[in-house]
Amino acid sequence: MKPRLPTLSALLAGLLLAGGLHATEAARVHASQAWIRVLPGDLPAGGYVTLANGGDEPATLNGAASTTYAEVMLHRSSRETGMSRMTMVDTLAIPAHGSVTLAPGGYHLMLMHATHPVKAGDTVKIELRFADGSALPVDFLARPANTLAPGDAGGMHHGH
Amino acid sequence: MLDGMSLGNSCTKPARLARLCLWPLLLAGILLLAACQRDAAMPWRLTDIGGHMPDLDFSLTDDHGKPVTGADYRGKVVLLYFGYTHCPDVCPLTLAQLHVVMQRLGPLADGARILFVSVDPARDTPQVMHAYVNAFDPRAVGLSGTPRAVEALSKRYRSAFTREPDKGDGQYEVSHSSAIYLFDRTGKARLLATPATSQDDLVHDLHLLLDPGIQP
Repeated sequence: MKPRLPTLSALLAGLLLAGGLHATEAARVHASQAWIRVLPGDLPAGGYVTLANGGDEPATLNGAASTTYAEVMLHRSSRETGMSRMTMVDTLAIPAHGSVTLAPGGYHLMLMHATHPVKAGDTVKIELRFADGSALPVDFLARPANTLAPGDAGGMHHGH
Repeated sequence: MLDGMSLGNSCTKPARLARLCLWPLLLAGILLLAACQRDAAMPWRLTDIGGHMPDLDFSLTDDHGKPVTGADYRGKVVLLYFGYTHCPDVCPLTLAQLHVVMQRLGPLADGARILFVSVDPARDTPQVMHAYVNAFDPRAVGLSGTPRAVEALSKRYRSAFTREPDKGDGQYEVSHSSAIYLFDRTGKARLLATPATSQDDLVHDLHLLLDPGIQP
């Protein structure tokens, strides 16, 4: 963005805002319950998050990046005829006034090659990128390997 | 004739009584037999594979680098699951679920072992497997081996795995069967679960397999 055109930018932003409550896809998407399953060594980790779209238009997630991982990919696990498979996903649509959950056993972010060791309790920033070029920075909480769900503190820490 | 009749009558009475008394005894006997006949009386919630799959047998290396066979796990209830450590989603989810199941079993869980068999022999060394399984549960054992040994075990349980094409950076995925096989303490294949099986059902059936008071 050129610093010489603040008025024009403001005008453009104003025009875009006039079209809806939120101008960009990233601005109308709200992320919650973001967490990462930390695995030992440099094994690829899964990233999970719930994305809610508060706008009147759908939003399309088409990528993600982080300074903590050399590679972040959108993947989907599936189970057909008893076989577990993983496939790469190019885009994931979040319907207007709807939500999509990236959860274990389904859609997830595959996080590869950590630039520094990530341990349970750390917060990792991952930027979610949308089809219109907008980005949403989200804080993901690193959780122990044996965590089942976002509300679960990780099996090792609570005994039954 | 009369004598005969009276004789006959006096004979029928105790005989009838005896028969009446024998019926409940017989019934109890039948019920006992049915109870002894395994499976028939066991209220399994998982898929019963008793008699349909061979006993636990393999020749692999555990996560301490020690050669092990199926016989080394006799005396333990075994949960056998195929996967690989570079699997970031489904394998950790399944192992985390099994960990919670083990926790719910309390001290009984010490009588069970989760055997996580790697279908990625090229990357999963005993060292990698050790760190991996212990991140989930202290009763989990990571087994690796030669491609031939892993394939033999996989085939034995009609399981399958396929190494998907390289993504160009040396990274690849392995598609694999998601079944969890349960063996009793004598190494007999008993039950089949999937990652979709509820924890309650797994806990229920493992209780039956583990409780020394119950002889499945």
